[in-house]
Amino acid sequence: MPMSHQEALQVLAAHRGNHIVITTMTSVGLWPSLSDTPLDFAYFPSTMGGAPSLGLGLALAQPERGVIVVNGDGCMLMNLGSLATIAAHPANLYLLIIDNGLYEVTGGQPTAGAECVDFTGLASAAGIERVYVFDDLAAWKAGAGEALTGPGPVVAVLRVEGRLGQKTPRPPRPMAEQLNRLGHALEVSV
Amino acid sequence: MLDGREVVAALKQSGVTHVVWIPDSELGTWERALLAEPSIRLIRVCREGEAIAVAGGLLLGGAHPLVVIQCTGLFEAGDALRNLVHDLKLPLFFVIGVRSLLAYRRGPTADSCPSFTQPILHAWNLPYTFVEDSQGAGALAAAYRKARAEGQAAAVLLPE
Repeated sequence: MPMSHQEALQVLAAHRGNHIVITTMTSVGLWPSLSDTPLDFAYFPSTMGGAPSLGLGLALAQPERGVIVVNGDGCMLMNLGSLATIAAHPANLYLLIIDNGLYEVTGGQPTAGAECVDFTGLASAAGIERVYVFDDLAAWKAGAGEALTGPGPVVAVLRVEGRLGQKTPRPPRPMAEQLNRLGHALEVSV
Repeated sequence: MLDGREVVAALKQSGVTHVVWIPDSELGTWERALLAEPSIRLIRVCREGEAIAVAGGLLLGGAHPLVVIQCTGLFEAGDALRNLVHDLKLPLFFVIGVRSLLAYRRGPTADSCPSFTQPILHAWNLPYTFVEDSQGAGALAAAYRKARAEGQAAAVLLPE
C-alpha cells in the first residue's frame, strides 16, 4: 500500500540533517508543520518544473552543503531535461519525486504517463547512478538514510497516495522573507 | 560576433563565476575560451528556462552566473524569467544573441526573431542594451558590472 504524502515527508524530516530542503506544490503546504527553519525553502510561486534546476544551481554554489528538492511527478515531467543536466554537473543534490500520478493542486487530473513513466529509469538513462524507488512507507523508512547521504546526485521516487480536492498550497511566509532567511543561513547576500 | 577570448577575459575580470548556456552558432564560438578559463565554470543545460532556474540557484548560493542564450530560447523561457526575475527578484544577467538582426537592419527577412525580441523583453520588463561588435567585449562586461552594482536584472543583446 502506498504511503501518504504526509508520511513520506515525516520520514524526510527525520533524515534531512543539515541539508537545504526545497519544496514544491503540495509539499509546500505540508512541510512547514514538520520543519520550518531558514534552510527550508518553499519554492512557491515557482517556474513550472524549475525546482530541480534551482536546486542544482544552489548545490553547485554550495558544494559543502546538500540540497534536497521535493518535486512532484507532474513538475518532473515538465523538466525532464533537467535529469541530463543534473547528471552532467554532479553536485550534492537529492531529488525526491513525489509520484502520485496526479496534478494534485489543480484538482487531481492525471498526468501524462501516470502509472507508466519510470522516473528512475529516465534518471538512470540520463546518467544518474544513484537512483531509488520506495513503494511504501516501510521501504522509505528503511532506505531514507542511505538515499539522503553520500555523494549526489541522487534521484528517489516516492510512490504516494493521490488525493483529490486539494487546495492550492500557500507558502509559510512571503518570498522576500524566505530569501532573506535562506541568505542569512548561507551567509550570502544576493 | 564578439571574440570569445576577449569576452571570457572581460567576464573573468568582472567576477563572473558561471556561464549557464545553450549556445547558438555565434555564441558557440566562445566555448573553447570558456573551457580554457578555470575561474569560470560552463554549465550546459537542456533548455533555456532551465538555464534561468539554474542561474537563480547559483545566485542564491552566492555565485555570480551569467545566462547566455539565443533569442529563440528567450521566447521559450518566459515563465522562468517571470518567476526568477520578478517573483524572486533575483538580479540575473542575460546575454542574448538576436538571430538575423543584422540582416533585419538591412531590410526584410523571413526570420521573425528580430521583430519579437525587443517586444518580448519589454513585456517581461527586463531592461536591455545592445552591444555591437564594434564596441567589443568591454561593453558587455561594463553592462554586467553596472547591473550587478545596481542589483538589477538586465540583458545585453548581441546582433547576429
